Amino acid sequence: MVHFTTEEKAAVASLWAKVNVEVVGGESLARLLIVYPWTQRFFDSFGNLCSESAIMGNPKVKAHGSKVLNSFGNAIKHMDDLKGTFADLSELHCDKLHVDPENFRLLGNMILIVLATHFSKEFTPQMQAAWQKLTNAVANALAHKYH
Amino acid sequence: MVHFTAEEKAAITGLWGKVNVEEAGGEALGRLLVVYPWTQRFFDSFGNLSSASAIMGNPKVKAHGKKVLTSFGEAIKNLDNLKGAFAKLSELHCDKLHVDPENFRLLGNVIVIILATHFGREFTPDMQAAWQKLTNAVANALAHKYH
Repeated sequence: MVHFTTEEKAAVASLWAKVNVEVVGGESLARLLIVYPWTQRFFDSFGNLCSESAIMGNPKVKAHGSKVLNSFGNAIKHMDDLKGTFADLSELHCDKLHVDPENFRLLGNMILIVLATHFSKEFTPQMQAAWQKLTNAVANALAHKYH
Repeated sequence: MVHFTAEEKAAITGLWGKVNVEEAGGEALGRLLVVYPWTQRFFDSFGNLSSASAIMGNPKVKAHGKKVLTSFGEAIKNLDNLKGAFAKLSELHCDKLHVDPENFRLLGNVIVIILATHFGREFTPDMQAAWQKLTNAVANALAHKYH
């Protein structure tokens, strides 16, 4: 089980409090679809994904990104039991959505990059380390129920 | 062989023209050592790496980071022949330095994050996609001579 130190929890929580979940969520998902275009295959019903601007402006992408990042917010409240917190979502992503778990790591990296663009120098190396640990742990928790 | 479009090349060189190689290089290597602490094993002779601030302030880290990123600058002048450009460095990293090629991808991701913190909104998704492609290609080129 992943253990987060007090400092790591504080770093994650302090940045999270300043995050606009809707904006960061939408942008993270959009960047995933742009930078790793094969991920678009999971979102056939989302309409126009034909260019960077189409993806960034797509309301379904923004809405779903917001939903995904809200779920991350839930993770932050349960950092001592991520596997338990994500058990149902893990089964969903395996059994119904058929998402390769590697994509969870890619999305985690997108979230980090969006945080970096928004927070700039405030996204210190220690911040980055704590958030990288969190996104890796969430990716692992989401993959945990795969079979 | 990786092919970069004219737009990708323009995105890469356009941003590169604004990068302070000394500063960004030192920060990239520093963040690698902080966020992925096992990478410190390659830098035993660098002195104090005992904390994030020690690492980020360490003059040997800054100097070596600058050297590494300068080499990246060479890559950008040889986007059509990265394997050729990095052949000797690839042999060095395999035969003498014994660096696991996975670390090249990690450093590439750290470079992307630093660009994100420095350039904010200017680091658009299309920029990110071009740079991600470059760092992946450099990592592959550095791994190419491994045996």
